[in-house]
Amino acid sequence: MIFGRLTSEAFIHGTLETIPQLMVVGAALLVVVLLFYFKAWKWLWFEWLTSLDAKKIGIMYIVLSFVMLARGAADALMMRAQQAMAVGEQVGYLTPDHYAQIFTAHGIIMIFFVAMPFMFGLLNLVVPLQIGARDVAFPFLNNVSFWLTAVGAILINLSLVIGEFAATGWLAYPPLSGLEYSPGVGVDYYIWALQIAGVGTLISGINFLVTILKMRAPGMTLMKMPIFTWTALGSMMLVIFAFPILTVTLGLLSLDRLLGMHFFTTDLGGNAMMYVNLIWAWGHPEVYILILPAFGIFSEIVPVFSQKKLFGYTSMVIATMLIVLLSFVVWVHHFFTMGAGANVNAFFGIMTMAIAIPTGVKVFNWLFTMFRGRIKFQTPMLWFMGFLTTFILGGMTGVLMAIPGADFQLHNSLFLVAHFHNMIVGGVLFGFFAGFVYWFPKVMGFTLNERLGRYAFWSWIIGFVLAFIPLYILGLMGMTRRLYQVAPEWQPLLTMAAIGACVIALGIFFQALQIFVSVRQRKLSIAGNDPWNGRTLEWSVASPPPLYNFATIPIVKDRDQFWWDKQKGRESKGKIEDIEMPKNTPAGIYIALYSFLFGFGLIWHIWWLALATLVAIVVSIIIRSFEEEIEYKISAKELANIEAKHNAI
Amino acid sequence: MDFLEGLLLLNPQGTIALAERGLMVQAVLFMLIVAVPVYILLFFFARHYRENNKKAVYKPNWAHAKIDELIWWAIPFEIVLILGALTWSSTHELDPRKPIDGAPPLVIEVVALDWKWLFIYPEQKIATVNYVRMPVNQPVRFEITADAPMNSFWIPALGGQIYAMTGMKTALNLEAQEIGTFSGLSANYSGEGFAHMKFIAEATTQNEFDSWVDEVRSRGGILDEQSYKRLAETNIARDVAYYGNVSDNLFDSIIAKFSTWENTMHAHYP
Repeated sequence: MIFGRLTSEAFIHGTLETIPQLMVVGAALLVVVLLFYFKAWKWLWFEWLTSLDAKKIGIMYIVLSFVMLARGAADALMMRAQQAMAVGEQVGYLTPDHYAQIFTAHGIIMIFFVAMPFMFGLLNLVVPLQIGARDVAFPFLNNVSFWLTAVGAILINLSLVIGEFAATGWLAYPPLSGLEYSPGVGVDYYIWALQIAGVGTLISGINFLVTILKMRAPGMTLMKMPIFTWTALGSMMLVIFAFPILTVTLGLLSLDRLLGMHFFTTDLGGNAMMYVNLIWAWGHPEVYILILPAFGIFSEIVPVFSQKKLFGYTSMVIATMLIVLLSFVVWVHHFFTMGAGANVNAFFGIMTMAIAIPTGVKVFNWLFTMFRGRIKFQTPMLWFMGFLTTFILGGMTGVLMAIPGADFQLHNSLFLVAHFHNMIVGGVLFGFFAGFVYWFPKVMGFTLNERLGRYAFWSWIIGFVLAFIPLYILGLMGMTRRLYQVAPEWQPLLTMAAIGACVIALGIFFQALQIFVSVRQRKLSIAGNDPWNGRTLEWSVASPPPLYNFATIPIVKDRDQFWWDKQKGRESKGKIEDIEMPKNTPAGIYIALYSFLFGFGLIWHIWWLALATLVAIVVSIIIRSFEEEIEYKISAKELANIEAKHNAI
Repeated sequence: MDFLEGLLLLNPQGTIALAERGLMVQAVLFMLIVAVPVYILLFFFARHYRENNKKAVYKPNWAHAKIDELIWWAIPFEIVLILGALTWSSTHELDPRKPIDGAPPLVIEVVALDWKWLFIYPEQKIATVNYVRMPVNQPVRFEITADAPMNSFWIPALGGQIYAMTGMKTALNLEAQEIGTFSGLSANYSGEGFAHMKFIAEATTQNEFDSWVDEVRSRGGILDEQSYKRLAETNIARDVAYYGNVSDNLFDSIIAKFSTWENTMHAHYP
């Protein structure tokens, strides 16, 4: 009783499930052993885990994202292998239930624990620097957000060790995800991993919205903000409006499951269609939460590498904000096939197409930024070329499926799967990779190996074509998604897709190798402040930036302030004064730890644990809010010393 | 050629699938009006304005041109306007509930079960599992529900899908234009046996259909409340089954059992 429904059986898995179980436990043990071996505990704790420095939090987000990318990619390879093997009457190597857990986990991990942390990592690294701020508005909450996201990721991986994961598909439609059809802990792991990470995301959204609106350097009006910051602002507005919907939806689903309520059951007045509407009212804006910053990254990269001003800044801003607005009136296009009337379907179809207008404008603006430029094809620009080539295709298939009459045939087929991977891989991920290569020298102080970066890029783009073009064709052949056993006529294309997935894996390998080699050779590739001949404020400070970012807050007069500073040979520095920076604190980790135990308690029905940790969370927040000495001072003299030392180098 | 014939969505065998293919082709052609120039511009600009082509014009501060920007707000806007009009008319034209012109439709009731498809012919009073037959060139009205997690009823060669949900009745009008055997399947994940949510849809001549109905009537089993309960149990049924005698209102009672407190208590908590 004391452990709820957690029994020793939860640890015993089938032969095949035991391998990832041991891998997760092994990896965790390995990290612990290495930390003892290098005596790195103190360093890790004081320098990183408890840090409130946005740059360090950003790096931790990206590390989390890469670790989870490995997990999500492994899931993808397992799915591809299953579909290439289980042809006709053959059953492949996975059971149907195990296969379902894998595709559910793959979707959730890639969206929530790869793309989202990657985005927040880049925001943390870049936004304060771009707007001439020393930190985010709420440094402590920033740390809490990161740890809540990390806890969500840990819960998902824990489901490999103890119990099971949801086998419902990544959005867990009821009634399948209800108690009647999914009585186990899988869906509960799903709910609480997302709930805890979702709270972290919402807090981050508020944090960055306030940062961008309130902490810009003097003179930086909204229309002088770098475009990446604009897209970040749009994305955060979406987070603030969309994530509460997710929290409520999953909250209602967990009430169904924990307390036997009937919001989404098929009987006693429940209605699963409400869930489908609610989850997509969050789910569609979520796509734009991810893609807007990717657009922003390209809007930074294209001018820098074309050595030319961004074409149509105002158009870009208007387009971004239009996308923000429109993204909330298109959610029904995810279920035209649920039986709504023609008027409703047509309305949402047309609204969906309307998004193609601002997106198309962005594409033209990028093209005409290249027009009459001097284009340098370094890896960030290659990612842009790869992005646009694939994105146009994805955009076309998206508009095609926005037409209800066409969607009836294409919905839930592999055509759909190909389309959203086209957008998420070719759009979001390529964007973030471009941003990663572009800002890496700023954050780390040395550039990434260019040659390995090219290998990675070509592996990704070739792998992408091999893996996803066949899926478009399979969709036209009438193959639906999530099949653990497939028809013989689909096998050749599925085999090709499996090969494509392997080529993508090779790309990931090159990226890992690139980071490894670049770190080894860092002395040879010191970046300096401004390795790309940049245009915005982040390139005006040292690489890596000092913990206070700017010794004196710049005074902004122009868009592309730093570019004009360089052109006109001017400097926009003020007087050095005392500054205050946030002190590190372990409170965020404690709150996240209690949240983890709270989630674990609810998943396994260990009620005393859930109650105790809930109290602990509230008490921790209260205690933290009474702490007064949360900042420390760097005096003007110390500041001048640090700056002089850096300039001497 | 086998491969091209395998592209079921592009080789429609029914009225609706034909119209839906036409719609897809039309939409893609319209979009190519923008997409092709964008591809050309992208690769032309990338090549022509590369850094070491010193012959190309370089204007680092040219960043604004009202007319140009107006043009590329206008082009996608107009394409969307055209596609929007196409969407409005086609969505009404291809509304799954809309009857197909011609003879009065043959009604077939469909129940998605864990994991098998039940087809009830209310006028003929027969039922089948995992197999549905219809006369060629005869409009068919499928009325669809589920007694299981959400599924989606789809016969790719004949036309688009619609969800099957408990307590709901959705409708899908289709018509086969060719005699043949078509694959049918579920397009929405419904649990472990989902991969086996397959059925055969066969279009035959009216005569063959009629004699088939007679045969099922004489040789099939009885589908009443009792045998339905057995059929609805959670398992994978891979074989085709026939029922020559179906109790009245079975379909409605499957829907109704979720609709009121009394019905729910009776059905789930006897």
